[in-house]
Amino acid sequence: MTQALVNVPAKAKRGEVIEIKTLISHPMETGYRHDTNGAPIPRDIIHTFVARYNGEEVFRADLHPAIAANPFITFFTVAAESGVIELAWTPDHGDTVTQKANITVE
Amino acid sequence: MIRETDPSTTRRRFLAVAGGLALAPILVPSARATPATMAAAIREVVGEAEVREGKVTLELPPLVENGNAVPMTVAVESPMTAAEHVKRIHVFNEKNPQPYIATFHLGPRAGKAKISTRVRLADSQTVVAIAELSDGSFWSASADMIVTLAACIEETP
Repeated sequence: MTQALVNVPAKAKRGEVIEIKTLISHPMETGYRHDTNGAPIPRDIIHTFVARYNGEEVFRADLHPAIAANPFITFFTVAAESGVIELAWTPDHGDTVTQKANITVE
Repeated sequence: MIRETDPSTTRRRFLAVAGGLALAPILVPSARATPATMAAAIREVVGEAEVREGKVTLELPPLVENGNAVPMTVAVESPMTAAEHVKRIHVFNEKNPQPYIATFHLGPRAGKAKISTRVRLADSQTVVAIAELSDGSFWSASADMIVTLAACIEETP
């Protein structure tokens, strides 16, 4: 249901600094809004985003309701070796969404 | 003569009082974050350490048409080596319901301390980014912006 899009270069030179772009569809409900009947809408945001490179954590973001809906995050990492970059988004409600991308380092 | 001026002064007085009443609700303190709560949130993160200006670049558009999704880029000047790198970047705001926006955790494996995202801004305000370096020092940058359509005001889901 929740869709995630990631952009990781498929190939990189060893030691190259690569940009990783991520986007996930999520309402990032702030908990400050009310529905048409005036009842408060409970908070439901993605509070943590983690990037692991071959299992090692290379980037983490703690997010708050001030992050816009459909969180878009770009960051950099060093292309150390060939392998898998795993990205994980953890929401208040529901399961962690993970997305993997393969990278070949020459 | 006196009779003619009297009603006009009462009218003027009435308008002044009415105007004052109309403004009154604005003076009632709101539940929003204030520059003081932002300062307190920053204090909680940095502790007693000194926060110096510099090294950090915070890019936000100066004029925001839609506060629901404002592109933001934060970067820190650092060689990003094991000995000298950026550990964390904290981003705060003054006038959203909460003073926090995000905290980014980095390390030497980041290669480059630069992050882009999109934020919500409830009002025209100042956003502050604070970088925590591996040597324990704190550096900051701030950006002011005018928001014409604020986030968090629409009520229908």
